[in-house]
Amino acid sequence: MVRLKDLPTEELFTSGHRLCAGCGAGIIMRMTMKALRGPTIVVSATGCAEVASTIYPYTSWKLSWVHVAFENAAAVASGIEAAYKAMRRKGMWDKHVDIIAIGGDGGTFDIGIQALSGALERGHDFLYICYDNEAYMNTGIQRSGATPHGAATTTSPAGRKIPGKPEFKKDLIGICVAHGIEYAATASPAYWNDYITKVRKGLEVEGPAVIHVFSPCPLGMRHDPSKSIELARLAVQTRYWPVYEVENGKYRLNIKVPRPKPLVEFLKMQGRFRHLFQPEFRHEIDALQKWVDENWKRIAALCGEKV
Amino acid sequence: MVKVIGLTGDEAVAYAVKQCNVDVVAAYPITPQTIMVEAFSEYVHNGEVNTEFVCVESEHSAMSACVGASLTGARVFTATASQGLALMHEILYIASGLRCPIVMGVANRALSAPINIHNDHSDMMGSRDCGWIQIYAENSQEAYDWVIQAFKIAEDPRVLLPASVNLDGFILSHSMEGVEVLEDEEVSKFLPPRKPVITIDPTKPVTVGALCLPDYYFEVKFQQIQALKEAYKVIREVNKEYEVLTGRKYGLLETYAMEDAEAAIVCLGSTAGTAKAVAKELRKNGKKVGVIKPWIYRPFPEEDLIKAVGDVKALAVLDRACSFGAPFNALCNDVIGTLYRHGKNLNVFNCLYGLGGRDMTPNDLKSIFNEALEVAKTGKVKEYVKVVGVRE
Repeated sequence: MVRLKDLPTEELFTSGHRLCAGCGAGIIMRMTMKALRGPTIVVSATGCAEVASTIYPYTSWKLSWVHVAFENAAAVASGIEAAYKAMRRKGMWDKHVDIIAIGGDGGTFDIGIQALSGALERGHDFLYICYDNEAYMNTGIQRSGATPHGAATTTSPAGRKIPGKPEFKKDLIGICVAHGIEYAATASPAYWNDYITKVRKGLEVEGPAVIHVFSPCPLGMRHDPSKSIELARLAVQTRYWPVYEVENGKYRLNIKVPRPKPLVEFLKMQGRFRHLFQPEFRHEIDALQKWVDENWKRIAALCGEKV
Repeated sequence: MVKVIGLTGDEAVAYAVKQCNVDVVAAYPITPQTIMVEAFSEYVHNGEVNTEFVCVESEHSAMSACVGASLTGARVFTATASQGLALMHEILYIASGLRCPIVMGVANRALSAPINIHNDHSDMMGSRDCGWIQIYAENSQEAYDWVIQAFKIAEDPRVLLPASVNLDGFILSHSMEGVEVLEDEEVSKFLPPRKPVITIDPTKPVTVGALCLPDYYFEVKFQQIQALKEAYKVIREVNKEYEVLTGRKYGLLETYAMEDAEAAIVCLGSTAGTAKAVAKELRKNGKKVGVIKPWIYRPFPEEDLIKAVGDVKALAVLDRACSFGAPFNALCNDVIGTLYRHGKNLNVFNCLYGLGGRDMTPNDLKSIFNEALEVAKTGKVKEYVKVVGVRE
């Protein structure tokens, strides 16, 4: 695991961007840049991290960075990788280029899942990072396939009849692992050394790798901006966000949580779950806790851990 | 020694791409374009090209991968048709907006619904405002010749825009003709490796695809307008150079028997071939008719059209795509706009024809020519938009 003193002091994702105070995405971008090992190109899907970091004529990126559209970061990365491969073969280019595609949960779980699946199947050498703030936060908090059960968004509001999102979260890593890729992992920015180590690992893999990282969103999850990292830690310590990796099909639990905190501690920090604490909706909290328990059991079993 | 080989339109495109030293092809199969990707896959798997062929999972990803590849400075090709082009629609605008000189073969096909695999121009016309250079070929030879020229035009630093080479689905894509091909070395000399202006070279950091708000967006789009204007000049230069190499003369448009014509047909693609044959027949009976065939649809060949029209008194403009609810269909709108802008007052009528692969027969064309002659004589247009060959 990487140590603080190993990290470069150089900032390739610089301040001055327009991300909100306490935004997880900004922290994650900065951390990601600490894991680079050589010439790198970042491909960004449309989303918060994209619109807020490159408002022309300014940019926060001190490396080559490309944005094309919302649903196609993995496809654009495929084209870039193919081009350098061809140009290297023809003697027009001599360096290895690391390619990182970055998308939010909307750009990954929903509209970009096809492009991602295609790129994983074709085996391009790139790292895909999904920063998951669990809704379409950039357009003003609409539910996505990554939004957890019960969460209130503007398209799954806390109504009198339907209290938030009825459906449960999609298993992104499960989908990616099913492609037979060499490396896939989840992470939380609260465990910075785990995350940065994983980014480096993902880059070192020859072929596609995927990292799914929890990204606190003060605006959309409605939490105190000064508590983003605390929330990201609670997500792990309540077993809501299991931190694990899958290397060549072998699962490993990176952060063990022997004495999990009750899920309500994670929920009560966030306004998006506030309505669930009304007596008539308390059963939804139970449903969410049950989902967390079962998901943990499933992942722990895959990791060969005793539950 | 002139080398002539039998090629379908699709094969002619693939053969040209093979000779153009393309770095990346990202494409997805769709009828009637499929032969292009099949033929090219053969070249890849037989080691005849050094191209990276990305078999993407959709046309949307095809164009996305092409944009990514093109930004590295690579030479890039893709091909599609119909629904595939429609699926790419979003990224077509990004390819031109990010100034990626991608070349794309389009085997023109009708759009659903109802689903139909045969030829019309609804696909490309549906994306005609995407900022691409748009070329229409009449036969396999032209498809071959234009692909090679398209790379040179698109990649010119004065242009830096993507270009589509359109050929009529099945009518050209699947019909074999004798095609005069160049030697590989001749193509390499005519089209040296791409010299990109700005790339995403990771050792020279650059931000591409930034968010442009109202304070900058319009200027970026204005540069595209200027680049398409520059393209007129570049196309002419490239055509001239290609003529020296091959003896085949290209331009923004082609005219047939226009010198003393009283009435003429304006149309795109393979229909022009039939129209020329019909005009030849009619001329034997003393009927003074001619044909104007724009090779380049965007940028629209305004000056050449005015010159070609000369003293003609009536034009019949043929459209193979419908602009539903518009006063005229696309090509006719452009022709009328051009005439108006240049103070040319002559009678024009529009014929919508051939949707979903409905044949345009020599007899249909004969009656259109005759009607155009009648309009020229009387100075009166009976019907401004005719629908040809449909059961009402």
